[in-house]
Amino acid sequence: MQANQDGLLTRASDVFFKRPGLLTVLLLLPPIVWIIVVYIGSLFALLLQSFYALDDFSGLIIREFTLVTYGHLLDVANREIIIRTVIMASAVTLACAVIAFPIAYYAARYAQGTIKALFYLAVMMPLWSSYLVKVYAWKLILAREGILSWVAAKLGLTWIIDALLSLPSIGGPSLSISYIGTFLVFVYIWLPYMILPVQAALERVPKNLIEASADLGANPGQSFRTVIFPLALPGVIAGSIFTFSLTLGDYIVPQIVGNSRLMIGQAVYTLQGTAGDIPLAAAFSVVPMIIMGIYLAIAKRMGAFDAL
Amino acid sequence: MTSAVSFQSVSRLFGPVRAVDNVSLEIATGEFFAMLGPSGSGKTTCLRLIAGFEQPSSGSISIFGEATQGLPPYRRNVNTVFQDYALFPHMTVGENVAYGLMIKGMARADREAKAAGALEMVKLTNYGDRRPSQLSGGQRQRVALARALVNEPKVLLLDEPLGALDLKLREQMQEELKHLQKQLGITFVFVTHDQGEALSMADRVAIFNEGKIVQAGSPTEIYEHPRTRFTADFVGSSNVLSPEFSSRHGGPSRWCSLRPEKIRVLQEGVMAGVDEAHATGPIASVNYQGAVTRIAVTCDGIRLVTAAPATQRTFVEGEMVNLAWSRASLAVMEND
Repeated sequence: MQANQDGLLTRASDVFFKRPGLLTVLLLLPPIVWIIVVYIGSLFALLLQSFYALDDFSGLIIREFTLVTYGHLLDVANREIIIRTVIMASAVTLACAVIAFPIAYYAARYAQGTIKALFYLAVMMPLWSSYLVKVYAWKLILAREGILSWVAAKLGLTWIIDALLSLPSIGGPSLSISYIGTFLVFVYIWLPYMILPVQAALERVPKNLIEASADLGANPGQSFRTVIFPLALPGVIAGSIFTFSLTLGDYIVPQIVGNSRLMIGQAVYTLQGTAGDIPLAAAFSVVPMIIMGIYLAIAKRMGAFDAL
Repeated sequence: MTSAVSFQSVSRLFGPVRAVDNVSLEIATGEFFAMLGPSGSGKTTCLRLIAGFEQPSSGSISIFGEATQGLPPYRRNVNTVFQDYALFPHMTVGENVAYGLMIKGMARADREAKAAGALEMVKLTNYGDRRPSQLSGGQRQRVALARALVNEPKVLLLDEPLGALDLKLREQMQEELKHLQKQLGITFVFVTHDQGEALSMADRVAIFNEGKIVQAGSPTEIYEHPRTRFTADFVGSSNVLSPEFSSRHGGPSRWCSLRPEKIRVLQEGVMAGVDEAHATGPIASVNYQGAVTRIAVTCDGIRLVTAAPATQRTFVEGEMVNLAWSRASLAVMEND
């Protein structure tokens, strides 16, 4: 027998060879523990908190099941925060999709070699630098005395900025203190998260399907509408999950670039910090999850995942 | 009568590679035409030129007399059955088949009825609501066929449509395709690398090699009278006889092709017929293949392969035999 000469690793390999299930269990145990205990566990704790309520007099949390906290979400001020955030997230998602699609389409169907490498670099590079730095850079760009105003003044286009800022509700004293500014920065920050999945989806559309549709009489526009776009739609949905949920939960961008009106993320931040109202903060953070759930259910209903 | 498809000195270059090299070709209306050749011989490129996925670098192609110069695929009255079927995964089978009609703007009820009819024609009635992913390879093949035929194309292009099917299914589909073509009277242009498929299905076969058509003709012509060594080797198997060997054994002093099944194997001492050519040698190998036994015999330093029905007496390696063949079965070739 040679067994006694084998090293520990070889003997371990023998055991795993005879019992392949053991290796699977060993490999999966750490991530499963992580997901169940740390991830789902804390999510559950959050959910639990949202069913507690704050005692108005003592400021202490009453650990009893109640829906009062969720009721507070419907207060006018809180309801406006939710509506404002959802509108912003929808606008950002729509803009990202519209801007990302042509870029992704070019990269997936036409770019090759060096151009393609440059494309990846251009899309990914902004992700390498700090998110805070980028947001502050945008504040400088959009500020009253910022780069954009300066360029506009040189080109005699200040009137465009003024016209934008004078728009009701989305305007403001300067681009950096308006919804337009918040929107622009969100679109900039999340755009790569839309481009990459859309590009991946477009790459997976087989060339012969496009040929087949042309063969069956479809002009390029019809091919796009009936074959390319439906097949790329799961990518758009995947991208929109990123842009939508990231915008829903963000509390830094609207704080640095934007007016003083709160978004959900900021509300959570304030409520769990200074206000100490953990239950309401928890209830607020459940809102994006519910909205995403509804969004995905609608997307599935509309057949967005049929091509998967 | 105008040809269904006509190639005039067509070349297609991919960089320095001449994928199609000065091909001229006439495909008659209602013909079942096969393009046969090894991979990379230019046959598929020719098909793509007809479909409009490629444009010729030089020369011109006309379809039913109409020049196709600069005409995109969606303006050509031809349809293609793709090698891997290219069914739309996000549509049902019925929607796939009705796709061309939908693009033309046919009303939903009409196109659904026509699609159902097309599915019935390929024996897939009631499969309309399924997804392509739920079908077997053979069924997808039929859907692809229905999707092309429902548009009533003037020419149907088939790009190795049976390549992915197993042998039984392939033979069945060969028969069905042939039957369909007869029934519909549509010109079929069929690309394949399978010589058996080309010979059994086509009215006429063009043999492609290195971007050129080396020979075109009926299956019988191609098989019985291969004009080049390439054709003789590629279509069936063949013994290629040098001019010296041929003349020494009563044939013309030219390169000739001799099909294995034309050679009779006789026991030593049994003489060939008076009008037959013959040669003697030891058996080099005996290869039992079920229906036939292939026996290779070394004669005058060359190896002659014969194919005889397996029921005949068994021969053994090393045994001396007489080979006999009719002079008429020698096919004289142009060169080599």
